This record gives sequence, C-alpha cells and structure tokens, in this order.
Amino acid sequence: MQNSFKKGIKDGIPIGLGYLSVSFAFGISATALGLPVWGSALMSLTNLTSAGQVAGLTLIAACAAFVEMVLTQLVINSRYFLMSVSLSQKLHSSVTPLQKLGIAFGITDEIFAVSMMQKGSLGAKYFYGLMLTPIIGWTSGTFLGAAAGEILPASIISALSIAIYGMFLAVIIPPARKSRAVLIVVAIAVALSCLLTYTPVLSLVPSGFAIMICAIVAASVGALLFPKEDEE
Amino acid sequence: MKTTTLLIYLFIMASVTYLIRMAPLMLIRKKIENKFVRSFLYYIPYAVLAAMTVPAIFTATASVYSALAGFAVGVTFAFFDKPLIIVASFSCCAVYITEIILKLL
Repeated sequence: MQNSFKKGIKDGIPIGLGYLSVSFAFGISATALGLPVWGSALMSLTNLTSAGQVAGLTLIAACAAFVEMVLTQLVINSRYFLMSVSLSQKLHSSVTPLQKLGIAFGITDEIFAVSMMQKGSLGAKYFYGLMLTPIIGWTSGTFLGAAAGEILPASIISALSIAIYGMFLAVIIPPARKSRAVLIVVAIAVALSCLLTYTPVLSLVPSGFAIMICAIVAASVGALLFPKEDEE
Repeated sequence: MKTTTLLIYLFIMASVTYLIRMAPLMLIRKKIENKFVRSFLYYIPYAVLAAMTVPAIFTATASVYSALAGFAVGVTFAFFDKPLIIVASFSCCAVYITEIILKLL
C-alpha cells in the first residue's frame, strides 16, 4: 500500500507547478470578465477544475439562471464521476469514509492520473500529500493572475486572454491527431458550438445549455460509433 | 453583480463539482461495466473543451484578427505535441504581435 505523505507531496509538486500557469491564465480571464480577485481565488480553491471554472465564468458573466449553472457543471464535470469510480477501487480498505470525503475534493485529471500510476492500493496520507501542492498552486496561481489582470495594460491582457484557450487546444489536439474517434468527437462539438453561436434562432440558446448540448451530442456519437475498451 | 449572487454561483459550482467527485467514492463498490457510459465519459472532456474553445476563442482578445492568429498558432503548436505552456505562450505572442501590427496599419 502506498501511504507515504512525503511521497504524495513529492509526486504532487510537478502537478502544482503545472497548475500555476493554467490557473494564472484562468485568473486573467476571470478578471477580464469582471470577477473580483477574491471571487476568482475562492472559485479556484473550492472547485479545482479548469474546464468547469471557465464554463462557470461564462455563465456568471451572462447572469445565467442558477439551474443552468447546476446542469452545466454536472455535464462538464461528469468525467470526475468515472475517475471517482476507478479511484474507489484503488483506495486501500483502511481508508475511512471521513477520509474519503477529504480525498474526493482532490480528484482532478492530473492528480487522478498520478495516483492511478502508483503500485498497489493507496492510503489516505499519500493522497492528502498528493493533493496539497496542486491545491496551493491552483489557488495562488489564480490569485496572481486575477490580481495581475487588474494592473496589467490592456494590450497585455488581450494577449494573455487567449492563454487558457491555448491550453485547451494543447489538451484536445494531440489526442485528436492520434485517434480518429477523438477527432470526430472534437469536430462534432466544434461544428455544433459554431452552429449554436452563429445561427439566428439557435444563438438564443443560453451558453450553458449550448455547451451541454454540444458536449453530450458529440460524446454520445463518439461512444456509439467508437466504444472505448476497458484499458485494464 | 451583487456579492450574494456571486457567492451563490460559487456555492453551486463547488457543491456540484464536489458531489460528482464524492458520490462514487462513498457509494460505489464496483466498476462501471456499461460500455456506452464508460465511452461517453471518456469522450466528454474532449467534447466539452472543444465546444468551449471554438468559437469563444475568436472573441477572447481585443480583435478577431489577433484571436485568429493566436488560434492558428495554438493549433499548429498543439498539432506538433508541444507542451501546454509553449502552446499558450506562443498563442499569446501571436495575439500581441498581431495587435501591434493592426495598430500600425
């Protein structure tokens, strides 16, 4: 069983460092959309997810209905459900329900990936160590980006505003290049997203629902045409 | 926006995200066997990021043209498997340079 707090910290440091730049980019975008610095930092501290937070920003800026926020967050973060299922099997039987409540908070893509790479089952102490620096990195990066967004000149802000989208591109394009299934899913999502943005009637669909529709349709087509084999 | 409204949004986001992560950990013992559900959840992140990026990226900067430049550069660098921060940095540079050029025209 892997239960060393120190090893957790060590494994988490690269993740935390990586989070600094992504969260900085997020902080810039958040301030650009009018969020107060404390709001962005609090959002990052309590959510720990780039995709969900960017979507949340869009909805907040549009003063979306609370129901729309709930549903959008459900769809966008649904993948954590699968990760949590996998993780539930990886945790050692000695992990208590109370510890699981704490562990659940730290289930992000990167933390999950690193934890699954460990041999044997995982203890709570290891996971807590693993979560720590990413949480610190993600929150402080956001704070720095949000604060910077208030003092940097407009030309720099404009350039930095594309950063978070650049990072999203870096996440989706390499797999799309390697897998036809991912490419098709991405293409469908993009096509639908453009359709819902630019077509006269359809553009009335609020952004949260639009993202949901595009994602659900694209992912469903992918799941139907290109079912994924279990990798274990 | 009123502070209370913002706090409600933040609370909603945090609760939903946390519940999704917490529920399986507390309730589920077995793996998800259903191939469709598994595949669906596998493709969702790519679908979501794609839907959120395009066409929003084109209005992310001060000018559509600089955004297009940033997009093109980003796609190119990502296509060649460059690291996250390289893709983002060069996209930002492309935007900055394009806007300077536009100002000079």
